[in-house]
Amino acid sequence: MVEEPKLLGIHANPPAWLRLVIGLLPFALLVGVYLTVSHIRIENNPADKLTPSVHKMVEAVQQMAFTVDGRTGCRLMLQDTLSSLRRIVIGLGCAAIVGLFLGMNMGVLPGLRGTLLPLVTFLSIIPPLAILPILFIVFGVDELGKVMLIFLGSVFMITRDIHNETEKIPREQVAKALTLGASQFQVIYQVILPQIMPRLLVTVRLCLGAAWLFLIASEAIASTDGLGYRIFLVRRYLAMNVIIPYVLWITLLGFLMDLLLRLVIRWKYHWYSAAE
Amino acid sequence: MRRGTASPEASILYAEDLRKEYGNRVILEDIDLAVSEHEFCTLVGPSGCGKSTLLRLILGQERPTRGTLLLDGRPIGYPDTQRGIVYQKYSLFPHLTVLENVVLGKKLSASFFEGRRRKAEFDQEAMSFLDRMKLSDHIEKYPHELSGGMRQRVAIAQSLIMKPRILLMDEPFGALDPGTREDMQVFVLELWEDFNMTIFFVTHDLEEAVYLGTRVLVLSQYYAAGRADKDDNQGARIVADYPLARRAASTAVKEITQFGELIQRIRREGFDPAYRQRVTEFDLRHKDSFQTLTPEENNMID
Ligand SMILES: Nc1ncnc2c1ncn2[C@@H]1O[C@H](COP(=O)(O)OP(=O)(O)OP(=O)(O)O)[C@@H](O)[C@H]1O
Ligand SMILES: [Mg+2]
Repeated sequence: MVEEPKLLGIHANPPAWLRLVIGLLPFALLVGVYLTVSHIRIENNPADKLTPSVHKMVEAVQQMAFTVDGRTGCRLMLQDTLSSLRRIVIGLGCAAIVGLFLGMNMGVLPGLRGTLLPLVTFLSIIPPLAILPILFIVFGVDELGKVMLIFLGSVFMITRDIHNETEKIPREQVAKALTLGASQFQVIYQVILPQIMPRLLVTVRLCLGAAWLFLIASEAIASTDGLGYRIFLVRRYLAMNVIIPYVLWITLLGFLMDLLLRLVIRWKYHWYSAAE
Repeated sequence: MRRGTASPEASILYAEDLRKEYGNRVILEDIDLAVSEHEFCTLVGPSGCGKSTLLRLILGQERPTRGTLLLDGRPIGYPDTQRGIVYQKYSLFPHLTVLENVVLGKKLSASFFEGRRRKAEFDQEAMSFLDRMKLSDHIEKYPHELSGGMRQRVAIAQSLIMKPRILLMDEPFGALDPGTREDMQVFVLELWEDFNMTIFFVTHDLEEAVYLGTRVLVLSQYYAAGRADKDDNQGARIVADYPLARRAASTAVKEITQFGELIQRIRREGFDPAYRQRVTEFDLRHKDSFQTLTPEENNMID
């Protein structure tokens, strides 16, 4: 018997423990490098702000997350998180609903497809950040402007993706449903829709990254709270001890949202990934 | 001129001068076909000759370019509950369990409230079909969890529950291994007897066609129509039409010599590009068979 290589070459088959180790290794290295650099810099100059020590960051988190702010009367990090999450959930949620119905109906109704596909394709190519000034002018710099940026930034992509996915459903399935007595309405909402739902969740997952980008960009430009607002606010004071924990927190939130969607797909639509 | 006496009134399915073109390519040319009730028609022909196309026309999934196509004497419209269909793939809905797939037709044809009220009744009816298909242990499974043979049995149950006037099947056993395939053949013959069905069955397997059918139709583009130049754009026609004796549902008959001879004959008439019969010489010996000929083709009779 030839022994399988554990790590090197195209035949490598790392066992579970090794996978975990090699997966964590780059993280450990990164943290190690940071701590070393931070330590050396603070040795040289105790007032250094660029690479704050872990202690400084913990202090900052305590200040931001667990202490009631005197001026606003609330915990800032919690307030920022809730505001940001509300914007992203409303924006992306509306985009998902609109994109689903638009894309699905375009996929099954040739008349609607003929009317809307060129327009949707055109709109989806406009870089959303380029129209941010327009959005702020039209919808104001308050909540609506930011939510609209997230909404418009993702709705056309979602529409196009759902449209593609709907068109991929074999024509045979539609004919089959009709022979089972389905009306046109039932074909769309009882046969096509349930098959598209898992794909919608996949698409939303893929759009999450862009949605965060739009959120932070709009909060950076005009806002009074939000995770992006805070990062750009404290930038003026070079408060890396706040920025770094905030970035880690945003990453964690993004990861959790992604994980949640993945779990929902696995639980509710296990036929989807299995049948691929 | 017209040969044969079939009429639209006496047939469940009736086609005359049926033609289908894609772009300027002729796929089906002048199909004449009458099918009586309770017939098990099998349709064979070379790959790409237009068997599935003919089936799609009968189903209503596509429109003919010209010609008459009637079901129970009425022009065929879009797919509806009068025709059932079993494809090789895509017959089942991947997001529904076996039971849900079979009960779907009942639910779709009932109103929302009726569907709620009669759910138990519908489920029970579906279960009786699933019992018959020996699938009652698998009702909670999804299509991807089933073997190929089981999937096709679910697809047949799904169609049968609607009691269609005619059941269309497009190479339903084409993807199955030989053993499962024979089991399914015996099985579908039993169902055909028990439910008194009319079946229109497309296959590219001659043995399967001759074994299953009470009538075998050969569709082919290899024939001589008396046109000198347009040969390469010649659509397929029914070049042979044989009645088959009804047999016991055993696969042993496949060994008999007559069985083999007929297969050889069909292979030559339908599948050999070099062997071209004239349109007037087609062996259309089934009683329902008929043929309409243009005057030009008529002149070929010498
Ligand atoms: N939508 C379409 N547009 C253009 N050409 C088509 C279309 N559908 C089928 N064809 C062509 O029509 C011909 C007949 O196709 P069809 O699928 O009916 O053949 P078939 O006899 O069922 O073949 P097979 O035995 O491979 O299933 C083929 O040459 C195919 O390329
Ligand atoms: Mg085919």
